Amino acid sequence: CWISGQALLGSSRIIFSVLIKNLRERDLQTVRQMEDNVVLLDFWPSSFGMRVRIALAEKGIKYESHEENLLDKSPLLVEMNPVHKLIPVLIHNGKPICESLIILQYIDEVWHDKSPLLPSDPCKRSQARFWADYIDKKIYSIGKRVMMGKGEEQEVAKKELIECLKTLEGELGDKLYFGGETIGLVDVALVPFYTWFYSYETCGNFSIEAECPKLVAWAKRCMERETISKSLPDPHKIYSFVLQLKQKLGK
Amino acid sequence: MEEVKLHGFWPSPFSYRVIWALKLKGVKYDYIEEDFPNKSKLLLQYNPVHKKIPVLVHRGKPVAESLIILEYIEETWPENPLLPKDAYERAMARFWIKYGDEKGGPTFYSFFLSVGEEQEKAIKETMEVLKVLEEKGLGDKKFVGGDTIGLVDITFGWLPRWFECMEEVVGVKLLQPTTFPRLHAWMENFKEVPVIKENLPDHEKLLAHFKRIRESSVADTMK
Repeated sequence: CWISGQALLGSSRIIFSVLIKNLRERDLQTVRQMEDNVVLLDFWPSSFGMRVRIALAEKGIKYESHEENLLDKSPLLVEMNPVHKLIPVLIHNGKPICESLIILQYIDEVWHDKSPLLPSDPCKRSQARFWADYIDKKIYSIGKRVMMGKGEEQEVAKKELIECLKTLEGELGDKLYFGGETIGLVDVALVPFYTWFYSYETCGNFSIEAECPKLVAWAKRCMERETISKSLPDPHKIYSFVLQLKQKLGK
Repeated sequence: MEEVKLHGFWPSPFSYRVIWALKLKGVKYDYIEEDFPNKSKLLLQYNPVHKKIPVLVHRGKPVAESLIILEYIEETWPENPLLPKDAYERAMARFWIKYGDEKGGPTFYSFFLSVGEEQEKAIKETMEVLKVLEEKGLGDKKFVGGDTIGLVDITFGWLPRWFECMEEVVGVKLLQPTTFPRLHAWMENFKEVPVIKENLPDHEKLLAHFKRIRESSVADTMK
């Protein structure tokens, strides 16, 4: 009886210590989750916002999304990005990070144990940054001129857009992704503009796929990843948005 | 023959950003002066996309775009760090680097190259940029990063010699010490850093170069 009592006590101690260990781990996890409070100030058609959505999904980071009305910016946006008052803004434990490529690098550095966006070699990193910077300098502004322009102005913009996309196609080469075997910074920087291709094509009356088949094939490959397809709105929704914008601007 | 080469152009502040970073890290390099507008075949080969300087060539591999070169230098030669270790502080530094670079270029060049109404507009925009730097970008330390210079200071580094020359050529002084005390103090501290002091284009030579550019730009506007 005494022996079985000891055995009972012993096994209770074991059960108790296992319970305590689980409780501590759960507490720690809860504390970590509480520590990792992530908010994204976003605007649904923004390619720059989409970049951050993709990165957060790739890293498996839980976050709260706040949809901004850019015609009526929230006090939170103005407080978090007083210099530019633009989205996206990532707010990590109350601290704001602005500018999409800076946010991507921040996410990559803080959540470095999963799905790296940048390689470790400085030379390859500089190449990735170069092409992400190229995309930033060209696609948005040229795309805007394609959609909003008329006549000669529009033709010039169309030509420039195709030239840029062909240059990017050249950089992609025979790789699956710009990042190599897996997606990287350049893929995340560029793929959000794929959802705008339909708008560029319809406004400009041309086919991007006809001119840049390899690039469109790359984009479709990216869209097979849920992290990307769930982060990008439907191209027809984007086009409706563009039509509304053109009406407002009288174009 | 060094394994690091820099293709630059003597009046370019973008060239100097790279020179300062290399010198602060104690990296030996060969400097190749590009003879604009006659760009060398090598430059066009190293930077076929933008065809611009600066281009850093390390062990035969080119890196283009000054800010990308700065990050490459920081990662390849980590001694004497020019960026903060903390990820958030680093993101803040990158924000101001981008601001200094994007706003520094077009707005200030517009002030320098334009006349009349266009210049009035450019002056207004330049004052706004200076105000943002003064009130939000600089903070209260000696340099943007703290007590020693970093990549943000290097990116703003064209204000002391280049912008001062532009103001002299245009004949309009925008960066007054009374209006921008922090910026003025920062500029004085920046110019005193030995690597910076010893690596600036000659004031008279730069002034003459800018005068030629402005005269040509104004003449074009009058046509």
